[in-house]
Amino acid sequence: MNAPTSLKTPTGGEVVIRCLEREGVEYIFGYSGGAAMPIFDALVDAKVKLVLVRHEQGATHMADGYARSTGKPGVVLVTSGPGATNCVTGLLTALMDSVPMIVLTGQTITPMLGKDAFQEADVTGITYPVVKHSYLVKDARDIPRVMKEAFHIATTGRPGPVLIDLPKDITQGPCSAPYVDTVNLPGYRVPGRADSAKVRQAADFLSKARKPVLYVGHGAVMSNAGDAIMRLADKLGAPIVNTLLGKGACREDSPINLGMLGMHGTAYANKAVAGCDLIMAIGARWDDRITGKLSAFCPDAVKIHIDIDRAEFGKVLKPHVSLEGDARLVVEDLLPLVHKADTADWWKEIHQWRKAYPLKYPKKGGLRAQHVLDRLDKLGGRDCIITTDVGQHQMWAAQFCLTTKNRHWLSSGGAGTMGFGFPAAIGAALANPGKKAWCVVGDGGFQMTLCELATAALQKVPVKILVINNSYLGMIRQWQELFFDNRISGADLEGNPDFVKLAEAYGVPAKRVKRAGDVDKVLKWAMAHDSGPCLVEAEVVKEDNVFPMIPAGAPLTGMIIEKPKTKMEKPTGST
Amino acid sequence: MSPTESRGATFELDPGKPLRRAPVLDVANAPFHTISLLVRNKPGVLVRIALTFSRRGYNIESLVVSPAISVPKWETGGATPGNDSDAQPGEFSRMTITCSGDPDNLEQIVKQLEKLIDVVHAIDHTGQAVIESELVLVKIKVALKERTEILQVAENYKAKVVDYGPDSLIARCAGESDKLDAFIGLLKPYGIIELVRSGKILMARGLETT
Repeated sequence: MNAPTSLKTPTGGEVVIRCLEREGVEYIFGYSGGAAMPIFDALVDAKVKLVLVRHEQGATHMADGYARSTGKPGVVLVTSGPGATNCVTGLLTALMDSVPMIVLTGQTITPMLGKDAFQEADVTGITYPVVKHSYLVKDARDIPRVMKEAFHIATTGRPGPVLIDLPKDITQGPCSAPYVDTVNLPGYRVPGRADSAKVRQAADFLSKARKPVLYVGHGAVMSNAGDAIMRLADKLGAPIVNTLLGKGACREDSPINLGMLGMHGTAYANKAVAGCDLIMAIGARWDDRITGKLSAFCPDAVKIHIDIDRAEFGKVLKPHVSLEGDARLVVEDLLPLVHKADTADWWKEIHQWRKAYPLKYPKKGGLRAQHVLDRLDKLGGRDCIITTDVGQHQMWAAQFCLTTKNRHWLSSGGAGTMGFGFPAAIGAALANPGKKAWCVVGDGGFQMTLCELATAALQKVPVKILVINNSYLGMIRQWQELFFDNRISGADLEGNPDFVKLAEAYGVPAKRVKRAGDVDKVLKWAMAHDSGPCLVEAEVVKEDNVFPMIPAGAPLTGMIIEKPKTKMEKPTGST
Repeated sequence: MSPTESRGATFELDPGKPLRRAPVLDVANAPFHTISLLVRNKPGVLVRIALTFSRRGYNIESLVVSPAISVPKWETGGATPGNDSDAQPGEFSRMTITCSGDPDNLEQIVKQLEKLIDVVHAIDHTGQAVIESELVLVKIKVALKERTEILQVAENYKAKVVDYGPDSLIARCAGESDKLDAFIGLLKPYGIIELVRSGKILMARGLETT
């Protein structure tokens, strides 16, 4: 406990910023406004750098990209009312994918709370369902404690966003409360190692399995469990499959990694899951994109579930063994206890599937997104940070852009937030100077947050924007083609701007590519352009479909690898 | 439906016999679950708890909140063991929530309640031997010739008449919810003007934690 060093009593806003600096915060992604002015004023003399965005949603996704790519919490600072409500989408995105984030919102002065003051909104009330925790600070003396608790809560256990609502009189008035270094949160537990009896039980199951699969999710990324999982897979002779968010925990170019599973996963990953006799989830939550029809999901396989959040056990399905703890620690504890099982026959099957059902796409009929993304991967993309938006391009990128490093694949999975990719790439690029950051976006999602071109240009953030432009909400169009008699409704993005001219208007160099033969040249140009943002627009065939596909609510065995000749039933699963 | 009917109560006609509820052994089919919570007394804690139910389309049947004066020491260690663990007055509250719904979802709700930062613990006591109690205030229309009968009912249920007027009286009765159901059932024919129940509170027997 040490008092602030300045002789003059600092303002609440200054204490907020000092607290951020004490937590090692480098960047604040923010947008100003009346109720946040005392905090912005404190930023003038602060070491922490402000990234002034163009819309608050962009700030949240930048903080999210910063956090996902580093593991450190991303920090957002916005004003009251509409400034705060514009953060709701970003909070949901972070909560659904367990991303540590601190969102500071200005608020009207405490005597005016609840009196419909200008730009007042019940921000804690609006955001209850989309935060891990939140605070409304009504006494300046609480600031250091609240800040310390917020960072602790956001970053420990299952990470998530924490919102702090700061009334203007609190941040403007004096605050002489001492800084705190410890937290006292009765009832808040941070699991570490799992129960040793359960670990032994899981090890027995693993050692006996003849057709095991390790199913790796975002929890493995966050706990840096990749190396331990690779060693476990080697020892067991088990293949690895990863979720969309689990990409990068284990190298996807390794022969024991079958890539992404689930709705648009590789056929061999899904066939392995459908045929396994044991599946162990490592920091993954049996999402409906993964399981398809739940009652038909691995009905006879032993299910082991490693999660830091005990509420995940039994939420979707009841595992045979639940291991509550940090993914890396649990896998490390399992390692010495498992014995090599004879899985040679299992691998024979898997190799056959790999050979019979490779990822593929038609080579003729114009430029294909898959070709562009495949080339990006081959031209060094797999060593870059790649962020995506949501839709067809996201699934193609997940399929064709292999991820070989932890925290190098950033995508909005749970929330499926369009507009995420571009700002997230800005945050990731700022957090990782020296690394190349690509964002793969569709023409739809890019237009939701493209105002951040100004932010990227001003800050000279070397982010490489790849717009996959098919002038459609492609995934919606695909569903309408397959399940709604090709009745296109609300999916045609007629009226798109000229993205090259648009980028140039912001001072961002841009190139368009329309022919497969020109792709390498343009991608190489962008790869070498590190002095600031640049944009590549790939004009791809308008009507193309992502395969393999497991229609929502269908069992894994209902996977289709090309468009069926007969009409398909409308999917019964969620969206 | 009256609160009594919605509980599916059977009216006990022999109030002399002690009404002791046997533990519900068939947890899966228990119509009501009673969850006790120890929470930090912070603004918003009730909203967070209510949202945990409403998000899943669950209705809270009854909810009782009161300040907690005693907190088990091991609960207040926080993230840094060795911290001051004496509860300050007003720091914690007790809640007892009664709700209905399918047990798998309720199990998930209890787990999600436990995840809330301000919830110290949440325990579903369904199927456990617990001491439970509830309070009811009943305002009854009193015709002159029925006065004695009503007073007899009240006496049999150890209810106290707390307001005694020419046309009405208010009886206060405490006990297990089933007993109150029966008491209310007996008073119903005389004409209940108003009825307020406190909602159930409970405490685990012996050294078990509530």
